[in-house]
Amino acid sequence: MYHKEKSIQIKNSASALYNNLGVLRIAPRRLTYFTVVHANVVNMVSASWDGLNYSHRQLQSKEPNVATSTSLIMQAAFCVLPSRDLLVVTSQKGIQMYESDGSIMVYWHALDTPETPTAQAVFARGISAVWENYICVGVSSGAILVFDVPSKGSNITLSEVLEEHKESITDMASECSGSQECIADLVSADDGGNLCVWKSGEEFQLLNKIPGFDMSCSSVKLWKGTVVAGYGTGQIRLYEAVTGILHAEVNAHARWIYSLDIAPFSGLLLTAAEDSLVRVWHLTMTPETNSVEIAHLHNECVTDTQICGARFCDSDGYAFAVTGYDLSEIIRYTQT
Amino acid sequence: MSSRTLPLLFINLGGEMLYILDQRLRAQNIPADKAKKVMNDIITTMFNKKFLEELFKPQELYSKKALRTVFDRLAHASIMRLNQASMDKLYDLMTMAFKYQVLLCPRPKDILLVSFNHMDAIKDFVKDTPSILSQVDETYQQLIEMYTPLSSGDFQLIRQTLLIFFQDMHIRVSIFLKDKVQNSNGRFVLPTSGPVPHGTQAPGLIRMFGCNGEETSRLQFSNGGNYTSAIREGSFELFGDRVTKLGTNMYSVSRPVETHMSGTSKNSAQHTKVNTAPNPLAKEELNLLAKLMGGLEVQKPGNTDSGFRVNLFATDEEEEEALISRPDELSYGVIKIQATKDQQANAELAKIMGEFTESGDQSPSASSKGDDLLAMMDGL
Repeated sequence: MYHKEKSIQIKNSASALYNNLGVLRIAPRRLTYFTVVHANVVNMVSASWDGLNYSHRQLQSKEPNVATSTSLIMQAAFCVLPSRDLLVVTSQKGIQMYESDGSIMVYWHALDTPETPTAQAVFARGISAVWENYICVGVSSGAILVFDVPSKGSNITLSEVLEEHKESITDMASECSGSQECIADLVSADDGGNLCVWKSGEEFQLLNKIPGFDMSCSSVKLWKGTVVAGYGTGQIRLYEAVTGILHAEVNAHARWIYSLDIAPFSGLLLTAAEDSLVRVWHLTMTPETNSVEIAHLHNECVTDTQICGARFCDSDGYAFAVTGYDLSEIIRYTQT
Repeated sequence: MSSRTLPLLFINLGGEMLYILDQRLRAQNIPADKAKKVMNDIITTMFNKKFLEELFKPQELYSKKALRTVFDRLAHASIMRLNQASMDKLYDLMTMAFKYQVLLCPRPKDILLVSFNHMDAIKDFVKDTPSILSQVDETYQQLIEMYTPLSSGDFQLIRQTLLIFFQDMHIRVSIFLKDKVQNSNGRFVLPTSGPVPHGTQAPGLIRMFGCNGEETSRLQFSNGGNYTSAIREGSFELFGDRVTKLGTNMYSVSRPVETHMSGTSKNSAQHTKVNTAPNPLAKEELNLLAKLMGGLEVQKPGNTDSGFRVNLFATDEEEEEALISRPDELSYGVIKIQATKDQQANAELAKIMGEFTESGDQSPSASSKGDDLLAMMDGL
């Protein structure tokens, strides 16, 4: 169903972090941006669709004004808002927001870090754009920071802090189908596997809490009102977001899942894990019963690689890209 | 990332170091009483109370260089001396072994079982010396208290922190190559068969449910591997079967510490990228290091005749060759300590180094190859 394409070389290898691959398609310029985190650096590649041009950029997790400290980066993700695209980088020290090409840092938010390290680590992880003007970022305390982003300029403000999770946020996702009918438009996941379903707005509203079972939910997506969650047990679960009804449970991987992605137009689901496998699934909505079904389509094995990032490169799921721990390349697959 | 990583890193690397030294002491026919003294001295130093107090404080990981400095000191805590090429090789073997264990452990939590395997073996090394044994047991209790309450997510963060520490190290190790668990490019082999981790179901089943929770269908899919169901969970108690073999002693008379050069050959250099940018944290790190090393007491050889040198290579010539041919990228570049400059910040470390110089001078064999720790520290 898919075949391997020429890989994209990156300057440093990928670190073992959840969802360690960012993809942004710039259709008018016929190129795609990729980001991969390596320790305290974000490797960024801009690749032209004809495969002829690759340009590289590296972003450091430097705190402005403090020249002496670097910190490890937890995640880098593109945030697409109707008016602008931003690249958000989270680390042990704080949250950086860049123009999507990585050229200018437009905003910096420092985390409250103790003078001497405490047993509880401090970091930000879990990034999602939602609605017209919000970027939400999760924190190790379990809090979710909501930033109000103007259509241009750097006047980004922290508008709300959501405190429903008690464990570190792992991932966050907004409704990706573009459907206006769905009431829920944001889901957040934590280290205990707990999920919170939100309705965004001037004040975010908690719609539902789906309890976990003491196992991290490392990656989560929201599609047509269905929460798709991947866990440390290698399972994926499909819940109806608003009611919390469990529609499907899949023994999907033999090791910890690191990344999920959905191609919203086709309903293809990508799952990737430490077991070196990437799997492609198909989700279908059955409107009469208001339930979702899942079918397995395809496996790809990236031999001897613990996969840490996997993303579709387009909304149909025609192509996807994969990164793995210690790997200095982005592997791409396209449909045959 | 996780501030609870250093104790596990230190204990597991230390455990691997002891396995290798134990094997080399036997291979070089070092008299049993001297070998015993070396093992006991090193273990006593490793489990020094003051040292462990510093180690168990929440903190970020040190750089590779800094940790290498700690292990240089630890390896020289007794009457045995290693010259630079042997020390490099020892550290390569230790780090690659623990990288393998971290990468392969089925669940992040199993890093604790790997650590317990090392601790069990260390206890066995000192089983005839009750005073050291009780010291090790105390640390064992501390590990259990600190780590068993942690969640799966906490352990994953520890594992990810360790993997960042070991990132881009692809040194090839003969014993792994021979066992076919490492490829010639230095990457470890990841199985897509065998038992799944405890708490995980073998992939292959889709279950779908109706709105009132009843199961409506069950589908199988091809998982692309050959998995079997999980085996029992290892014991997280002071005593017990750890089930996993990761972290046990892989060296034996029939499987010696390989003295071939494959680990540090020039071919492997292309796979190694070392960040050469100056580390702005260096000074901060030196202070922490000084604190930590303050607890590492070096035993001075009482009798000048008792010192001896252990070689990680088959012959002295091979060792010399290894030193010369080691690519710069692989050089650990032991932290340079300018004791004269910045006296105050490094006063503690300078003091420790002073102690070390003394002990080094007393041992004639230490300088026989001109490569004792002090020379390494100053020369880089």
